[in-house]
Amino acid sequence: MGMTMAEKIIAAAAGVESCKAGDIETVTIDRLMSNDGTTHLTIDMYNNLKNPRIADVNKLVWIIDHNIPADSPKTAASHKKMRDFAKEHGITFYEGEGVCHQVMMEKHVRPGELIFGADSHTCAYGALGAFGTGVGCTDYLYGMVTGTSWLLVPETIRFNLHGKLKKGVYARDLILTIIGRISANGANYKAMEFAGEGLHELSIADRISICNLCVEAGAKTALMEVDDVAMDYLTTHGREPKALYKSDEDAVFSEVFDIDLSEIEPIVAKPHFVDNVVPAKECEGVKIDEAFLGSCNNGRIEDLRVGAQVIKGKHVADKVRFLVVPASREVYKQALEEGLLDIFMEAGAMVMNPNCSVCWGACQGVIGEGETLISTGTRNFKGRAGHKDSFVYLASAATVTASAVRGCISTAEEV
Amino acid sequence: MFNAKIWKLGDDIDTDIILPTEYLAFETVNEMKPYAFSPLRPDLASKIQPGDMIVAGHNFGCGSSREQAPEVVKALGVSCIVAKSYARIFFRNAINNGLLLIEQPDLYDEVQEGDMAQVEPGKEIIVNGKSYEIANLPDNLMEILEAGGLVKAMRKRNGLD
Repeated sequence: MGMTMAEKIIAAAAGVESCKAGDIETVTIDRLMSNDGTTHLTIDMYNNLKNPRIADVNKLVWIIDHNIPADSPKTAASHKKMRDFAKEHGITFYEGEGVCHQVMMEKHVRPGELIFGADSHTCAYGALGAFGTGVGCTDYLYGMVTGTSWLLVPETIRFNLHGKLKKGVYARDLILTIIGRISANGANYKAMEFAGEGLHELSIADRISICNLCVEAGAKTALMEVDDVAMDYLTTHGREPKALYKSDEDAVFSEVFDIDLSEIEPIVAKPHFVDNVVPAKECEGVKIDEAFLGSCNNGRIEDLRVGAQVIKGKHVADKVRFLVVPASREVYKQALEEGLLDIFMEAGAMVMNPNCSVCWGACQGVIGEGETLISTGTRNFKGRAGHKDSFVYLASAATVTASAVRGCISTAEEV
Repeated sequence: MFNAKIWKLGDDIDTDIILPTEYLAFETVNEMKPYAFSPLRPDLASKIQPGDMIVAGHNFGCGSSREQAPEVVKALGVSCIVAKSYARIFFRNAINNGLLLIEQPDLYDEVQEGDMAQVEPGKEIIVNGKSYEIANLPDNLMEILEAGGLVKAMRKRNGLD
């Protein structure tokens, strides 16, 4: 019987010839990423072990991105704990470099790797054919100390993509459509695999955006076959694959969806769930107080280009704040070079340093009681962006920017 | 076997509801306790008594990997959560912190908040005279739960405790 991409990566990591969905395997982890959301807890637990040790320090990557620069003495203390530990133990460490998943894509992720990240959106790494999965800090600690963990081999839902997205429709619209269709736990414990000739039409930015959001359908990981587009990205960033895998012709999938990309329309996820999606048109006119363009989902150069094109020569609406947050230093510098940041600032946007920003409801830009945010962030849970009685709508970079200009939810066509 | 009072929540109880972002930086889980579930039910944390249980619908714990979520539920003294299903990261995190999770498809639809339940792990839950069958977790997870969490299980396995 054939194997899925997820089964092949887990089998390789477990040192077994084959495995199948439902098996529990002990795997050796290729890379372990952790950020300032929970690393301080990992360190506390580590220090309480009787014989603490790190299995392979070269596999660890620590990134301060959620609350940078520190917004309180408590955060500063937590960052200091993380920084000092990383330096003392020789752990690869970044702060101010960007949102963790973007930094990982730019500098570390290799096809075929099995990666644990102490962050739910670690599934983004599937855009480069790596099995990324989110874990808590205890699982992280166990992996850091032993180099291993246990994994239940997931079933795979396969999405065959056909055709091309229409002009003005983006990867964000596609993945929100899919999550709306299968629901917020439609892929719980499962892998979501994307394939088909339509995949080759998508940029790496698009692919990251799609894989990144799969956890909002409950997925354990997201995976995409590595093609020329992915190989070009790797070469440009000076890396080579660990191994290249694709699902066998006779692999077993729990479900198969065929999706015609040309049928996808601009989509908005309404409060308070990511699967609460409707065509963007149905939300037109909803008044907003703030707009956010950034995050590990849509803070890449391609997203900033889209936003800049929409807002060029126009201005952010009266009483609206528009936050533009490049996902990494690399993206920031590129945007600066291309003149995009000038365009945003002339339009009245606030351009911030790379970080997680209001996407996670801390750090900066949090919204108050009764306020509404339209965001390219990852979640719209109740209270996610600030006050418990506030509202978050999720949409593409184009829709978010258009809404910032008009002061109410609008598609880019209307600006 | 133990008896527990039921607190009932809905579907898709996400990690931002279980513990909102603004309280994550608190140094101890005791400081976080009053804010558990606060976006949904601000007074719930003060009402939950040690030994009580939470009953919920589908996809409990969806969202972030923040381990403070199961930690704060455990710190409130919740004896177990019974839900139709769990989001996977929360599931692992809860077991790793020694918090008992039980999957049961029917109980949620048939019980009321305030009902008393009699729980026999791996066998059944009895509420209002009706028995609801529950399964055991796989052995590797039971070992972790029984030790009180993953770190304790690791210490035990290595002969440190």
